[in-house]
Amino acid sequence: MTQRTEQEVLERIERIRRRRPRITDERITLSHGSGGKATHTLIDALFLEAFRNPFLEPLEDQAVFSVGAERLAFTTDTYVVSPLFFPGGDIGDLAVNGTVNDLAVSGARPLYLSAGFVLEEGFPIADLRRIVASMAKAAEDAGVQIVTGDTKVVQRGKADGCFVNTAGIGVLERPVRLSAAAARPGDAVIVSGPVGDHGITIMLARGELGIESDLRSDTAPLTVLIGLLLDAAPQTRFVRDATRGGVATICNELALASGVAVVLDEQSIPVRPEVRGASEILGIDPLYVACEGRFVAVVAGDEAEAAVAALRTHPQGAEAAVIGRIADDPPGLVLVTTGFGGMRIIDMLVGDPLPRIC
Amino acid sequence: MCLGIPGEVLTLDVERPGMATVNVGGARRQVNVMLIEEDGVAPGDWVLIHVGFALAKIDEEEARLTLSYLEEMGQAYRDELQALSESRID
Amino acid sequence: MAPEGMRFVDEYRDREKAQALAANIATLVEPGRRYGLMEICGGHTHTIYKHGIEDYLPEEVQLVHGPGCPVCVIPMGRVDDAIWIAEQEGVIMTSFGDLLRVPGARGSFLDAKARGADIQMVYSPLDSLRIARNHPDRRVVFMAIGFETTTPSTAMTVLRAAAEGLENFSVFCNHVTIIPALEAILASPDLHIDGFIGPGHVSTVIGCEPYRFIAEKHGRPFVVAGFEPLDILQAIQMLLLQLREGRSEVENQYTRVVPWDGNQKALQAIDEVMEPRPTFEWRGLGWIPDSAMRIREKYARFDAERIFDVPATRVADPPACQCGEVLRGTIKPWECKVFGTACTPETPIGTCMVSSEGACAAYYNFGRFTRLRVRQAGSA
Repeated sequence: MTQRTEQEVLERIERIRRRRPRITDERITLSHGSGGKATHTLIDALFLEAFRNPFLEPLEDQAVFSVGAERLAFTTDTYVVSPLFFPGGDIGDLAVNGTVNDLAVSGARPLYLSAGFVLEEGFPIADLRRIVASMAKAAEDAGVQIVTGDTKVVQRGKADGCFVNTAGIGVLERPVRLSAAAARPGDAVIVSGPVGDHGITIMLARGELGIESDLRSDTAPLTVLIGLLLDAAPQTRFVRDATRGGVATICNELALASGVAVVLDEQSIPVRPEVRGASEILGIDPLYVACEGRFVAVVAGDEAEAAVAALRTHPQGAEAAVIGRIADDPPGLVLVTTGFGGMRIIDMLVGDPLPRIC
Repeated sequence: MCLGIPGEVLTLDVERPGMATVNVGGARRQVNVMLIEEDGVAPGDWVLIHVGFALAKIDEEEARLTLSYLEEMGQAYRDELQALSESRID
Repeated sequence: MAPEGMRFVDEYRDREKAQALAANIATLVEPGRRYGLMEICGGHTHTIYKHGIEDYLPEEVQLVHGPGCPVCVIPMGRVDDAIWIAEQEGVIMTSFGDLLRVPGARGSFLDAKARGADIQMVYSPLDSLRIARNHPDRRVVFMAIGFETTTPSTAMTVLRAAAEGLENFSVFCNHVTIIPALEAILASPDLHIDGFIGPGHVSTVIGCEPYRFIAEKHGRPFVVAGFEPLDILQAIQMLLLQLREGRSEVENQYTRVVPWDGNQKALQAIDEVMEPRPTFEWRGLGWIPDSAMRIREKYARFDAERIFDVPATRVADPPACQCGEVLRGTIKPWECKVFGTACTPETPIGTCMVSSEGACAAYYNFGRFTRLRVRQAGSA
């Protein structure tokens, strides 16, 4: 065998990283739902392959298309959170806010939602009543109406209590074309608030880890906040809510789609002490933990200051911050400079963030 | 191997002897302190936590000594840099 | 940002102090001489890459990543045996999160879970005990892995189960011991290691004395180190100082946590519940005598190996995989034939790629670009 140099090996890795993904698993595992690499492989190699069309192809959180003179945004999402009720929210407001946010990040004004329920035989009506009430409240807060729906009941054991699907339609009244492929060197990366609150809250609420805190989920509609951003920074390139896979996953998608490097500054990323404490105990990185009411945005470098100032006028954006910048090299990678003065790669997550002991 | 995290003892559990609640940046967990009981564990102590057990009491005096050594080295380094930059000005 | 910060953590991540240490380290190095320093513990490997410690070191200092990752050294056969247990009637298998993705010959725990086995993740062995209490009709097995840091927790949990008279709880014991593994490494003829960064948290249990033979018999300096980046830099400085002065001693950098004599109570708990196995297989290193623990006869009712008719699967390491050479420090992760091509964190062949603290995964996830950058700077 000829001796490979380190450089050849590293270059080969980068080539392989860019290669079209293939599904090698024989069965669906939980990794396919974690929002990381396995999810991307499933979407690219199975769904996109079968459904391919120009609206789906950018793989944004919503499709944007024109009907007559109007530009519309359309999206759907299914919610299977456990537990159904947790500090700061429940599956109901999550299902409304999540879909509202998937529309809002395109710059659209969310208008109408559908709601589909899969209910397990034996599920308490009182719980369903609670979920529906919080959906109604969340819809009112977000200024949308739930205009159609569906209900299915499955046998005991065939579902975990209650699953909710929502789809939504919004209208684009601004002339924006936000896209993960639009970032360019010199742009700034902004996050709208502390990261990881929702994911850690859910992890702790399951009770398996025996960890308690005063954390609450950050679930909230982002429409108003994104409006403030777009007013203050009209050249905004891209906005996405940092759900599954967290800030790290969004930045990786951004780096690959735009062919740029995303360079984050670890010390400027807002993380609550409780989130950091729980993450240290569990050995996970808050950058990979889900939020349900935070977005990552890429704005023109010279508009970053105005954007953050505008976000901070709103209570939800009080801790908004510039967390990094877009560079040209190395393309497709996310790097983070550490407080210690070193630098490391933040890759896409392989599976769910698993607590580790070592 | 073996992730160990420093946490502060908040309370000792009276109902479950050998258990204590520790605080890590606002995240709280019950841990078993039976492995370090002979050292006398009390609220306000810092302990090293691993898989739900306190494995060692953190010695604050030793921690201070290590830091002050690093601090001195940092100071010597700053002095040297200072001297270097001044010598260049000459 | 965390304005409040974490005590005993953030103080040891200070950039200025790191620069001062780096400057001191540079004065201790003889130009042109190669210093191979092995960090034994995977936790150190993780810190080194996560904080970019190599950026602070002169080229002469080469860090070699050792075998101290319990997930990395577990042989495939033991994973297969554990999955076999998990698939028996009425069993709930409980495991630390680290192990869920580690592949055996028949896939990982996650794959077994997808096939229908009841496998639950726990943070502590005490959580397994709670599951056993809550499910008296099921047989709850704890997949015990880890070095001496983790072994006392398993022992204490067995003692607790015995005190409570729990009958449906058992341990599949895979605990390993660090000293025999170090002896095996020191015995290898192609060893290029001048000093050791010692495992801090293992040493809270076993203390610093057991390493004396490394300093005295093998003439290699040994410094027990903490897990924050400044701890590791300081340990490297202490090692280089010893080498410069021609000393080889056991020193303790991590005095805030590690008592010289270890934790006697923890050692007693281990000794009460467990005894050394005559021999145990380590992934990549082969069979090493007295290198692992099993449950004593006295606690046989908590020993999954006695309760279940475990098949004792033996699976040869995949031929393409060079984990063993990586673990011995003979080759760098990227020098492995399959590194980054057939073997990646998504499709790991060797366990060094599975655990985030495995040398290969750490290098792949965190280290790649640092290397790329250093190289570009060098060629520019």
